[in-house]
Amino acid sequence: MYHTLVALVEDKPGVLNRVASLFRRRAFNIESLTVGHTDKDGISRMTIVVNSDATGVERLTAYLYKLVNVIQVHDLTPLSTVSRDLAMIKVSTQPENRPHIMQVVDVFRARVVDVTNHSLIVEVTGDEEKIEGLVEVLKPYGIIEMVRTGIVAMARGASPVPPLNYNGNGHIPAGQAEPPTTG
Amino acid sequence: MKRTGAQIVWECLAREGVEVVFGYPGGANLPIYDAMQDYPIHHVLTRHEQGAAHMADGYARASGRVGVALATSGPGATNLVTGIATAMMDSSPLVCITGQVASKLIGYDAFQETDVTGITLPITKHNYLVTDVHEIGHAIREAFYIARTGRPGPVLVDITKDAQQQAIDWEYDASPIRLPGYHPDRRPARKDFQQAANMISAARRPLILAGHGVLLSGAMAELKRFAEQTHTPVALTLLGLSGFPAGHPLNLGMMGMHGEAWVNHAIQEADLLLAFGMRFDDRVTGDLKTYATQARKIHIDIDPSELNKNVKVDLALVGDLRQTLAELLEFVQPCEHADWLAHIEGLKDDSLLRDIQNLPDQGHLYAAHVVFDLWRYTDGKAIVTTDVGQNQMWAAQYYRLDDPGTFISSGGLGTMGFGLPAAIGVKFARPQDEVWAIVGDGGFQMTQAELSTAAQEGIKVNVAILNNGYLGMVRQWQEFFYESRYTATPMRGPDFIKIAEAHGLTGLRVTQRPEVEPAVRQAQRTPGTVVIDFRVEQEDSVYPMVPAGADLKQMIRRPLPSPLVEPVQESI
Repeated sequence: MYHTLVALVEDKPGVLNRVASLFRRRAFNIESLTVGHTDKDGISRMTIVVNSDATGVERLTAYLYKLVNVIQVHDLTPLSTVSRDLAMIKVSTQPENRPHIMQVVDVFRARVVDVTNHSLIVEVTGDEEKIEGLVEVLKPYGIIEMVRTGIVAMARGASPVPPLNYNGNGHIPAGQAEPPTTG
Repeated sequence: MKRTGAQIVWECLAREGVEVVFGYPGGANLPIYDAMQDYPIHHVLTRHEQGAAHMADGYARASGRVGVALATSGPGATNLVTGIATAMMDSSPLVCITGQVASKLIGYDAFQETDVTGITLPITKHNYLVTDVHEIGHAIREAFYIARTGRPGPVLVDITKDAQQQAIDWEYDASPIRLPGYHPDRRPARKDFQQAANMISAARRPLILAGHGVLLSGAMAELKRFAEQTHTPVALTLLGLSGFPAGHPLNLGMMGMHGEAWVNHAIQEADLLLAFGMRFDDRVTGDLKTYATQARKIHIDIDPSELNKNVKVDLALVGDLRQTLAELLEFVQPCEHADWLAHIEGLKDDSLLRDIQNLPDQGHLYAAHVVFDLWRYTDGKAIVTTDVGQNQMWAAQYYRLDDPGTFISSGGLGTMGFGLPAAIGVKFARPQDEVWAIVGDGGFQMTQAELSTAAQEGIKVNVAILNNGYLGMVRQWQEFFYESRYTATPMRGPDFIKIAEAHGLTGLRVTQRPEVEPAVRQAQRTPGTVVIDFRVEQEDSVYPMVPAGADLKQMIRRPLPSPLVEPVQESI
């Protein structure tokens, strides 16, 4: 099944390569990977979607922790989360079908961010299904090109997600067994 | 104080207590070499960078300290790769310092530029590309810290030539190292010790599987106390050899593909496996589906990623083995397993009859005889390094090791050519000890150029070439699994006596068993490095053998007078 992992990593050159290389080296397929800054200086956050079973994710967590630049790893999969993907879709349009497309865009609560006589760019944010839904509906009009950011995710609720600390006996949440500390 | 980057490198090495480095100069590390003479560190010029990495590795394994290798950019650095991967697989602490082209040239395919941090990323514990002179000190301090703590491993620091050349005001920073993502110190929870103790006292057929972690954490005394207090027999992995005395009554011997038959049987019959600092390598487990199915398993290792990786265990304890065993000992009650030990004794069955040491002498010189005699005539006190293949397995089987850290071999990566350079590194770490490299004719030729290093350094190691004119282990697999089609395994070597003599060293040849002792004695008496060409039986095989991926009980045994070899399929 798909697991959504979040890794807090040091913001240093080559860290993305180390993480990506680890997945390749250990024969895990990355479905999606995004990376960006956090509110803390020097720490980036990666959201990685990987297709694996629970044992595989435990191994992966342990391997991620072996990377010196990886500070914390979370598995958001069992939690209630908000996950978002952003897509821009350039659709081919004719004067006569443009209103239809605009209607569809409205239904999906997407936005048009660029218009020409023969095309428009739709920007849509949402979870994967929503974006795939919109893509399906737009396909018949002719998609000229499309780009997606990949999933970013966050657990619901007031507190940050407890880090996984793989100790060989399954996942142990923070506070119960010396979790790695931030900063 | 004004310091160039190159001076900072040496300053940091000196602060780490480094006494010897192994390396090879070139364009991109010239500043480092130019600054070397001002520091009290001995440099060993190797004949190939692979040799430098293996020497640093041998030095590290024999001394328990970090080994240091230097190389230039491009081909210098890529030549280190095999040695780095060897150290990575065997958890050996190395710091490799490579020169890199000037920072403004990086990415432009400059002369001798290569992406060294990229290449070594999966075979180092960590690595650094340093382009700023201000970062050199931190990088080297962190490199040593990471290399030696937790599960040890190689760390590479790649320093651009301009960073080596720039001068800055610099003071050594001795403050504690803080790495937010690196936590080598882990301890199991108290409840896990109690659970382990309960499992141990409930066991009737317990067995300790002791690995390299025993030596790396210095847990020899704790292991001995644990085995004795719980009356539990000990089986060793290849790299665990010498972690528990061969002569101890609870020592069963080596496990796995070429382990003792009774050890593999005992593993399959045990009801509790205590895996101490080992990683259930496929050469140790055979078929995972049939591996020790009756046994509950407790695994202690410092690396969490090794737990439940190959073999699912019932209880995993993350921590330094020495410390964890010491704490566990406070929880376990004395046990008694005389029945189980007697049963294992019975498993030996006809093993002694099959042992080549007990077969009638037919006038042939067997490699196993050479190793056995070497053990006798060195009083079992030498430090043995090996290459990979038959020579390695015979060394493991017949050089019985009682003292810790006396068996140095490329286990995980299986690197041919490791033996001679590793022996040279060992000799630098332990100059008072007798060092023997037990190698094959194939592996020896891969790094024999390092004889020249030994000669230049005036360093004395002894090289026992088990010369069978074949790539012996591959030939053995061809015999067993490829209907004896010896493709590309017969090898005509050079005259090894002349090779030795060409380096100003001593070469000897032995063709009969009675000549073994005088040759060993002569080697011991000779001040410089000695190479002995043992012309051994050409088509002998290492027994027993569990074919790759087969059940541990499915062993090919050395034939008794009637043929006992059952055909088995090779899977890997």
